[in-house]
Amino acid sequence: MPESLTKFIFGRLTLESLPLHEPIVVVTFIVVALGGLAVLGAITYFRLWGYLWREWFTSVDHKKIGIMYMALGLVMLLRGFSDAIMMRLQQAIAFNGSEGYLNAHHYDQIFTAHGVIMIFFVAMPFVTGLMNFVVPLQIGARDVSFPFLNNFSFWMTVGGAILVMASLFVGEFARTGWLAYPPLSGINYSPDVGVDYYIWALQVAGVGTTLSGINLICTIIKMRAPGMTMMRMPVFTWTSLCTNVLIVASFPVLTAVLTLLALDRYVGTNFFTNDFGGNPMMYVNLIWIWGHPEVYILILPLFGVFSEVTSTFSGKRLFGYTSMVYATVVITILSYLVWLHHFFTMGSGASVNSFFGITTMIISIPTGAKIFNWLFTMYRGRIRFELPMMWTVAFMLTFVVGGMTGVLLAVPPADFVLHNSLFLIAHFHNVIIGGVLFGLFAGIAYWWPKAFGFKLDPFWGKVSFWCWVLGFWFAFMPLYILGLMGVTRRMRAFDDPSLQIWFVIAAFGAVLIACGIAAFLVQIFVSIRKRAELVDVTGDPWDGRTLEWSTSSPPPAYNFAFTPIIRDNDAWWDMKKAGYRRPLSGFRPIHMPKNTGTGVILAAFSVALGFGLIWYIWWLAALSFVCLIATAIGHTFNYHRDFDIPASEVAQTEEARTTLLVAEGARA
Amino acid sequence: MERSGALLLFPLAVLLSGCDFVVLAPAGDVAVQQRDLLVVSTLLMLLIILPVMALTVLFAWRYRQSSTTATYTPDWDHSTKLELVIWAAPLLVIICLGALTWLGTHLLDPYRRIDRIEAGQPVTQNHKPLKVEVVALDWKWLFIYPDYGIASVNELAAPVNQPIDFRITSSTVMNSFYIPALAGQIYAMPSMETKLHAVINRPGTYTGFSANYSGAGFSGMRFAFHGLSDQAFGEWVAQTKNTQATLSRETYLELERPSENEPVRHYASVDPDLYGAILNLCVERGKMCMNEMISIDAKGGLGLAGVRNTLPLQYDKLARRGAVFGNDPSYVASICTAEEAAAASRAARSDDDRSWPLRNLSPLRGVGLLAPGAGSRRADAGAPSLGLLRFEL
Repeated sequence: MPESLTKFIFGRLTLESLPLHEPIVVVTFIVVALGGLAVLGAITYFRLWGYLWREWFTSVDHKKIGIMYMALGLVMLLRGFSDAIMMRLQQAIAFNGSEGYLNAHHYDQIFTAHGVIMIFFVAMPFVTGLMNFVVPLQIGARDVSFPFLNNFSFWMTVGGAILVMASLFVGEFARTGWLAYPPLSGINYSPDVGVDYYIWALQVAGVGTTLSGINLICTIIKMRAPGMTMMRMPVFTWTSLCTNVLIVASFPVLTAVLTLLALDRYVGTNFFTNDFGGNPMMYVNLIWIWGHPEVYILILPLFGVFSEVTSTFSGKRLFGYTSMVYATVVITILSYLVWLHHFFTMGSGASVNSFFGITTMIISIPTGAKIFNWLFTMYRGRIRFELPMMWTVAFMLTFVVGGMTGVLLAVPPADFVLHNSLFLIAHFHNVIIGGVLFGLFAGIAYWWPKAFGFKLDPFWGKVSFWCWVLGFWFAFMPLYILGLMGVTRRMRAFDDPSLQIWFVIAAFGAVLIACGIAAFLVQIFVSIRKRAELVDVTGDPWDGRTLEWSTSSPPPAYNFAFTPIIRDNDAWWDMKKAGYRRPLSGFRPIHMPKNTGTGVILAAFSVALGFGLIWYIWWLAALSFVCLIATAIGHTFNYHRDFDIPASEVAQTEEARTTLLVAEGARA
Repeated sequence: MERSGALLLFPLAVLLSGCDFVVLAPAGDVAVQQRDLLVVSTLLMLLIILPVMALTVLFAWRYRQSSTTATYTPDWDHSTKLELVIWAAPLLVIICLGALTWLGTHLLDPYRRIDRIEAGQPVTQNHKPLKVEVVALDWKWLFIYPDYGIASVNELAAPVNQPIDFRITSSTVMNSFYIPALAGQIYAMPSMETKLHAVINRPGTYTGFSANYSGAGFSGMRFAFHGLSDQAFGEWVAQTKNTQATLSRETYLELERPSENEPVRHYASVDPDLYGAILNLCVERGKMCMNEMISIDAKGGLGLAGVRNTLPLQYDKLARRGAVFGNDPSYVASICTAEEAAAASRAARSDDDRSWPLRNLSPLRGVGLLAPGAGSRRADAGAPSLGLLRFEL
């Protein structure tokens, strides 16, 4: 075949693009391929394709989409954590002239991929999944405002994840650090496909995130049950609302700045180049104008989870609901005014630096107020130390340390000596693991019975809990210490042997965390095996306070047979106290959205478009772009989008639940 | 968790005693003040953090479900007094910390000349600052001493108790210039200059490095910083002047190419314009400097003719590859000599560009890797695309 034809068909994709010279990658590929084939084979063998496609992939049910988001986050957590433990191992052994086992080309991809995956494809799907599952149930809605958009958003997130995963085996990922600062990420210094993978993976996933933000804002604003005023919304719904406002206001900035970078790389503009009047500092500003709100996007919903969990397991109303809400809103607004603290060392003047330092410190006031509110919710409560509550207490003890070091880094002169050091790394892992991840595990343990109708096994949950908490302290306290010894981040080899012991301790911590992840997987497996023992028929296993606990577990497709009427901010608690009885007759047909495969198809075309752009396969990019637009327009002509669940079917479903409840009552 | 912490304490103490906490025990006055601020801020915050941690443990224990003596008030959810305290207490701490931050940030602004050598020893007329021009290269550090006309690679020396004025830039990507023992870091960025003022108080050899990831050779981008007595510094300068090597534009372009783990090098003399040329991205002869470009643009620019005032570029630090749909890699040709300007002006008036140019405009040739598809990309050296420059002298 003539060279020009090969080039036309494959762009810059050649056989050499496959990293066959990297044994680690090859082995990983074989393992992943075998595992993947086994899964695909099993699905085919058990004839599950039709079921998966009809009941899950094309589903517009917010509960199923939420669960799929969680599954995505979990899978990507395994990938992101593999990167983490590889880095820990490299840094633990690369001493005394040893180069470790990773060359710069591989190591630099790993730390970039770790950051990108953990933020965009682990934390974001987990958080979005929780919000998707819980918010409509908490506000007494039957689905989100735009159910198809929800399905589409999920598949776009998957699309981004697929591109990132593809970079492991086809070509390479960026070697720039997770925010890809130019000029390093420009075409001059990163001419290969790594940064292009980065750009298009985030652009594709970013569409999903932005749309799901719009969707959830609409849902919360427009679809609350009658009587649920804003100040009667559960705190988790409040924090979700604020998070989605942050998403909608900040993700377009990310999209714009990555577009500018892409223009620099593809059409030779000079937004962020050194020469021709480009200004890389502009990129750093723009990316952090997105990036700082992003960290609050991650943590705010988990603040909501901790509020729900503390109040439920203390058997008490949440202390200071109003101040909690205002604290959340204040954090939302302030999070836009602090971005510059990520680069005090870029040479801005003292007044600018102190302004941003002080705004950053001010954020700690509402955050502190939140901690106190949880504290006083526990005060004079009757605390049940189930798993979610254990995670919450661990969070409170861990997060305050991270908060303190964060404020420390907000003091510009202190930041000058700690910026980019391992102290910084320890700080943000302290708040992200201690806050976001602990919160996610609390949330998963808390809402799992709602999603599946049985509790998670407490024994393996506790194993996972202790491994995670101890692992975190072992892995990151040494990094604080190393930071004070002036050790900087992203180093591949060291020459001071006295540092090694700390890296070894940190690696030990990472192994403990690995055990924590393994125990979590075992917990899920064991719980599914023992689901008959762990079953919860009541739908309210924790003596809950908010609306989601008023319906069955798992909830029926329509969530609530009758839309509840709200009188108090602990709606379900109030209903229970008032002697609420489930209505047993008078059901009416329920209007519901229909499943559609368009989201999957659109996301598939987006992945093809991204792949074409990354590898300069122009025919593929053009073709998939045309198909993408055509499918989107075609979908607007789909008039069969809804149906009614007949009253008889609703009656049947509710009748089945009544029978179960009666049987349970008889047994009790 | 608490108990395991206590068990850890003993080995921890042993481990910690063997460490060099350079950030907490620096040797330069600026870093010392930064350390003080760090410690004071930490203590201030512990005023809140420790009670919160203690209360968390206390409440978690006291109000556990199995406790029979604890009070239980399921509907108590508000107390104005408590709310006031929980908002006011952090606020007070932040007010103190904010004031400290404002003062500290201004006093320790790296752009501000230092006004004391040490506590109680102000800077006087006798302290002549040592000027050092720092260039972050891929992946090594170049230090130019303009007062002495010497330069060194991956080794920095300064006399103790003398103010040092750093001017910092980079040749390709962002780095961060950081000597923990001396002072906080500041970014080194191409075509931009950052400043740092500091002083070293104790003689000794300290480590400096890049604190911002800059590519494959980043880990090896380290240098030794020697704090020397006046006499020893004089000897160091004399020794450097005794070496044979000189740093001209040409040798700089050689040095600038990416390389890792470079040994220490000394240069007995340096082209005095070199640092300015590096900063303005015009070390290659025939390339227009950024500051010239900026001043031309500030006066209205060269119009459409200016857009075409470019020459094909063959080498720029790394193998220069253009964007896939972009123009061929190019640079703006300099028009800084009087003859060139006059010729440009003549050419503009007579509309006859055959009398142009006076100078060899063949493109610069670098040695870097060839761009992919080099055949189609390599610009035709014989036909420089220098447009008419329609501006009056």
